Amino acid sequence: MKIEYYLYLAIALFCIGVVGVLTRRNAIIIFMCIELMLNAANLLLVALSKMYHAAGVAQNPMAGIDGQLFVFFIMVVAAAEVSVGLAIIVMLYRNTHSVDINFLNRLKH
Amino acid sequence: MNATQILFWFLSGLTLFSAIMVVISKNPVHSVLWLIVTFFAISGHYILLNAQFIGIVNLIVYAGAIMVLFLFVIMLMNLNAHSEPQKHKWLKLAGILAGGCLMLVLVAALKTADQNKMIAQTQEGNIGLIENLGKALFTEYVVPFEISSVLFLSAMVGAVVIGKKGD
Repeated sequence: MKIEYYLYLAIALFCIGVVGVLTRRNAIIIFMCIELMLNAANLLLVALSKMYHAAGVAQNPMAGIDGQLFVFFIMVVAAAEVSVGLAIIVMLYRNTHSVDINFLNRLKH
Repeated sequence: MNATQILFWFLSGLTLFSAIMVVISKNPVHSVLWLIVTFFAISGHYILLNAQFIGIVNLIVYAGAIMVLFLFVIMLMNLNAHSEPQKHKWLKLAGILAGGCLMLVLVAALKTADQNKMIAQTQEGNIGLIENLGKALFTEYVVPFEISSVLFLSAMVGAVVIGKKGD
């Protein structure tokens, strides 16, 4: 497949995530939209790693493998982020009995 | 149009449709279920690109572990569509407009890139196989790998400390 199509797919997925973050007030939905954006980046990294592999396999049989390892590390960081983020959301719910992010403006007091 | 192309367009449509459903679903549980569909479709893309290890890890970590965590938290809080706070409709419109503008700018910037006509290998190439990824991970990338294990430990401690009742 042409890399173009993967590029546009990843852009569309990322922008859907951005729209979700900007239009929803539920903290959990916003968190899921952030996961959507991370996945758009992962998809593009894998597609580009396969593109560079196709272009550079003659010089180096492992060309492009770095992209897939970065995806692996992004998944590690995303898993750590989700565990801490959900703990924060649970704490927010315990204090305010809501997951509305507008309650978070109390943090300034 | 061959089978790879048909699969690519099908998976792309499924990915975008379920991603949109994540954003517009009123019920948070439906959002989580649509997000699982999105992750399955993205895993399909990885397997189509012959990145089998990443495809399976994506299924296990994202669709398996992270989404179950989300589902648990949502069920713990007893959220439903009625209690969902809504943004003002002008703010929603502004958000959609901003996202659309971002997409417009990105597409316009990348439309004329030189690499656009290059081919991403599908169904061939062996860099996505577990043997080669494992070799690279434990030789070239062994230091980041160990550091990520420390990151996991600190995230685990942080989650427990934050989630603890009382103080």
